[in-house]
Amino acid sequence: MRGARTLPPARAEGSVKILAVCGMGLGSGLLLRMQAEKALRQLGVEADLEVADIGSARAFAQTADLIITSQELAEQLGSVKPRVVTISNFVDLKEMVEKLRAALARS
Amino acid sequence: MTPKVPPTSAPPDQRRLSLSSLLPVSAIRLEVRAADWREAVRACGEALVAAGITTPAYTVQMIATVEQLGPYLVIAPGIALAHARPSAAVLRPGLSWVTLAQPVRFGHKDNDPVTLVVGLAAPDDYSHIQALATLAGLLEDAPPRAALLALQTPADVLAAIVAFEQTHTTDTPQGAG
Repeated sequence: MRGARTLPPARAEGSVKILAVCGMGLGSGLLLRMQAEKALRQLGVEADLEVADIGSARAFAQTADLIITSQELAEQLGSVKPRVVTISNFVDLKEMVEKLRAALARS
Repeated sequence: MTPKVPPTSAPPDQRRLSLSSLLPVSAIRLEVRAADWREAVRACGEALVAAGITTPAYTVQMIATVEQLGPYLVIAPGIALAHARPSAAVLRPGLSWVTLAQPVRFGHKDNDPVTLVVGLAAPDDYSHIQALATLAGLLEDAPPRAALLALQTPADVLAAIVAFEQTHTTDTPQGAG
């Protein structure tokens, strides 16, 4: 694992590692994680989902393939290795499905 | 850096606290007058205090969270999820529900202005997961959301939430993630 720099293909046997980033790790991030789980089930994609607060997100980002967060927190996060998907409406499953579909297609 | 323990480590029974069990009728306030986002979050905190969920210190912590991290807690058009970290100010897990007589702006690019502020007080990062899932379901579609926000009494709001829970029992968040 350590030292592997290439991202795994999104739909191969290895699952995608997705990090939901929020301010505290227990409110909106938890919501993002649950919505992403539902969206990924619709998309038929296997993924590992984790939640991190903004303070520890950069460390976690090292091993993630994709980050989901809000626009505000994406700006605070700055430049990170994984692709960052920003979600505007956290309760809109359609937005989550469409943005994850697009991001996974480009991975 | 110690990795945060993911919510999946929660014992199964602690993932099942429903929204209706965490939202006392005394923590529901409708048509509250607030001049700005601070007053709106304060009203939300006062509702938590009134219901015995938090101490007043938590209200200060919620306002500080917005000051430090910005308006990211405006999670959907018109809806803010106010919260702070687990702390001694949280007496038990719970939520409050405050609708505003006049919408206020938090400074969010897409989702301002806000008419509903949901206050969340959690002693940990998993016991409220079912309640959040229900909240997302309740607020996802515009017509039922508008109907919910038009209800006139706290008892009616709680009854609508209970009715929603009874018809959406299968959508339990999966722990394995």
